[in-house]
Amino acid sequence: MSTSLGGRVVGGTASYIDERTGAAKAMRYGLRKVFPDHWSFMLGEIAMYSLVILLLTGTFLTFWFVPSAAETVYTGSYGPLRGVEMSEAYRSTLDISYEIRGGLLLRQIHHWSALLFVASIAVHMFRVFFTGAFRKPREINWVIGLTLALLALIEGFAGYSLPDDLLSGTGLSFARGMILSIPIVGSYVSSFVFGGDYPGEALIPRLFIAHVLLIPALLVGLFVVHIMLVALHKHTQYPGPGRTEQNVVGYPLMPVYTAKAGGFFFIVFGVTVFLSTFAMINPIWAYGPYDPSPVTAGSQPDWYMGWLEGAIRLLPGWLEFQVFGWTFSFNIAIGGLVLPGLVTVAAFMYPFLEAWVTGDKREHHLLDRPRNAPTRTGLGAMAIAFYVLLWSGGGNDLIATHFRTSINDITNFLRIAVIVIPPIVYVVTKRICLGLQRRDRDLVLHGMESGRIVRLPHGEFIEVHEPLSPQDAWQLVQHDAHRPLPLPEGADGNGVRRPGTRAQRIRAKLSHFWFEDRVEPVSPAELAAAHAHGDHHAVTEEHTEMQKQLQTGRH
Amino acid sequence: MSQTQHGSTDGTLAQRPGLPEHAPQIEGTTAAPTLFENPGLPPHVHRLADTDPKAAKRAERQVAALFTLSILGTLVFLVSYFAVDPQTPVYIPLIGRTLLQNFLLGLGMGCGIFFIGIGAVHWAKTLMPDEEVVEERHYLRSTAADRDGAVQALQQGGEESGIGRRPLIKATAAGALGLFGLPFIVALRDLGPLPGDRLSRTMWKAGMRLVSDPEYGPIRAEDVTIGSVFHVMPEGIDKVHDKLEQKAKAAVLLMRLDPADIKSTKQKAWGYQGIVAYSKICTHVGCPVGLYEQQTHHLLCPCHQSTFDVTEDCKVIFGPAHRPLPQLPITVDTEGYLVASSPFHEAVGPSFPERGHR
Repeated sequence: MSTSLGGRVVGGTASYIDERTGAAKAMRYGLRKVFPDHWSFMLGEIAMYSLVILLLTGTFLTFWFVPSAAETVYTGSYGPLRGVEMSEAYRSTLDISYEIRGGLLLRQIHHWSALLFVASIAVHMFRVFFTGAFRKPREINWVIGLTLALLALIEGFAGYSLPDDLLSGTGLSFARGMILSIPIVGSYVSSFVFGGDYPGEALIPRLFIAHVLLIPALLVGLFVVHIMLVALHKHTQYPGPGRTEQNVVGYPLMPVYTAKAGGFFFIVFGVTVFLSTFAMINPIWAYGPYDPSPVTAGSQPDWYMGWLEGAIRLLPGWLEFQVFGWTFSFNIAIGGLVLPGLVTVAAFMYPFLEAWVTGDKREHHLLDRPRNAPTRTGLGAMAIAFYVLLWSGGGNDLIATHFRTSINDITNFLRIAVIVIPPIVYVVTKRICLGLQRRDRDLVLHGMESGRIVRLPHGEFIEVHEPLSPQDAWQLVQHDAHRPLPLPEGADGNGVRRPGTRAQRIRAKLSHFWFEDRVEPVSPAELAAAHAHGDHHAVTEEHTEMQKQLQTGRH
Repeated sequence: MSQTQHGSTDGTLAQRPGLPEHAPQIEGTTAAPTLFENPGLPPHVHRLADTDPKAAKRAERQVAALFTLSILGTLVFLVSYFAVDPQTPVYIPLIGRTLLQNFLLGLGMGCGIFFIGIGAVHWAKTLMPDEEVVEERHYLRSTAADRDGAVQALQQGGEESGIGRRPLIKATAAGALGLFGLPFIVALRDLGPLPGDRLSRTMWKAGMRLVSDPEYGPIRAEDVTIGSVFHVMPEGIDKVHDKLEQKAKAAVLLMRLDPADIKSTKQKAWGYQGIVAYSKICTHVGCPVGLYEQQTHHLLCPCHQSTFDVTEDCKVIFGPAHRPLPQLPITVDTEGYLVASSPFHEAVGPSFPERGHR
């Protein structure tokens, strides 16, 4: 204990708190907690910090925003709108932008941060998916994370609908069209949501309380569980020398991660502020107040709603029909309700499906390199292709105007492409993964091309291949070799069908789909054989040494 | 991980083979005959600042300089907040016209925050220990004793409560718990009125004048020239209390075509000398159909690109909409102003389930 005054005060305070909470025990453990280092682990951090920035700037905005559709006449300092009738919500958003010093900046930070929040969640999910970080014991956290992603979408949509400008109103009329398309009860749901006729005065206060209380409470609560589970599971790590399923290699929370991750918060925040300063976003004064009769060409939702917008644009009109006098608008309902529902269910189910197919009940703390899981990587790429095509469908008008092409051609092309291209992307991605795995094998077996050409005494030229270091080689040979499950016997010896074989057959078929095409990692035997063969590179003592180091069989 | 650790009892994953229920169960993966051995952490390479005190001093100064930039940034924010006029515009290259104060506030706040981060990360990367630390993982699964204990505690609690022996309490408690949430669901009923037939009705009545939006002036037939388009509302819409709700249904587009171009007799009959009025609300999801191509007489919805052919009674010729835009029958009154000759004959706007009901 320091004898300086400062030291005594700190020590005294710490002792006071510990005697009442016992916090020292948790701190002793927590402060030395180890986190592995990798750039892709920072994607989730961006989402976490964006959430903090959103809570901070959002709180400021609530001090001035008036969540009311009541009509008023603008008298503020933005000339072009003076004397125009508008809602209190739009008027107060104008005031935040023009009368409150720094208000515009806060609004812009809030909006930019919301876009980054959803984007970083999406990319973080890609990382988790492609590296297999959702496997046991982290399946529950995948489900929580996906719920967080959905909440973030809804929260974002509720947020940008609040200012009641022409663009956000157009988005709400779109949402209302979607609600009306719910079979049988659509008009009732719409009437309940909007408190009667559209647009009505009820929606803005309702959206507001959802946006500032209901959804944020859920977001923060689930996020806390999400991060507590990360701490409990300890972070996953990429495979590498010295990294095993039983350890975690990295830097301790105190001091390195406090400085790095804490510093990264300020970097994310700082970059968001710079973006907000240099790049104007959502200039609501240019759109004007909401009025149901005008609309601007090129109306676009925020990026994360673009794929649903695309689905709505691409679905053909004949999906609307009448049965027994009831109108069913599947040209809207499929895009607005069925598609997001199916995508969500598929994403929720994936970890459980993969675990069932592989029959893998082990804990996984070492991540997969995406190439070592070709089918999973292919499926992920396929999903991304589907998403991106729908998303570009949401911007078909902008593509048409920017590239001077026919909007009809673009739409017709995308209608087919959305179905045809994703499977092609699946096949191509899987082949690329298998190719990369073959290259890994080649590197391990034959070493790296050194660029050194040597002429042998009998006149033959060879390129000398340098063997990999044991550490580099380990990276390429450490993964599992999955093989497809054998097809079960459909009947026992007496010709009686075995119960449960149907599920097993499906499982075996899926397992073949997953692992039929595969490239297995180099085994020590293969390496030894390659070196004994030693046809096109000189076998040196280094090889034998490496073999010795790599080959002391662990199981 | 070497084999010697497999028999240890420190609770780490290494003991997996010792506990049958923890044993790795992976089907379809036949382990290769021999596996390679993990070579262990690579040797640590020291940084310049670890070995050279001068480099360390230099790094220290760099970190201090970055933190100083942050302090300056915050000062720029504070000075701009109080000393710069909020309304002064400024031209910044690459950004364009913006408000000077807002720009300086953002620049100052951004620097104030950003350089703390850069400074902290630089500090961590150059001066804090960079030797990796290894922490062991432990199984999350509780010990068998704990699991049995939990089950026992639950069973004991159940027995002590007597819920199994007293079915009357069990049934009534289940009923009470099942019902107590109902009032909260029922209370949602008054979120809004029942839809009624409001989705099928608009303000339009026979004899009601067509007025231009947003000036609300009546329109003479001769003012509507071929190629022009009028955004039209029913007369008196600016006086009603639910103006936006009525506008959302009653908006109409007025166009004049050469009567020879009109292919539908119903369309001709409901128009006036080639002047036709159609609902402006898209039959897809209800955006205003705002774009009119004069030459082709196509109406295009800018939201989802549904395209309607005005010469063919506004039938859908492209895009996701299914139904034609409803036509408003019009004529002229005694003063020569355009009026509706009847209300819309069908519901306008996006489809809803009861739309086809009479």
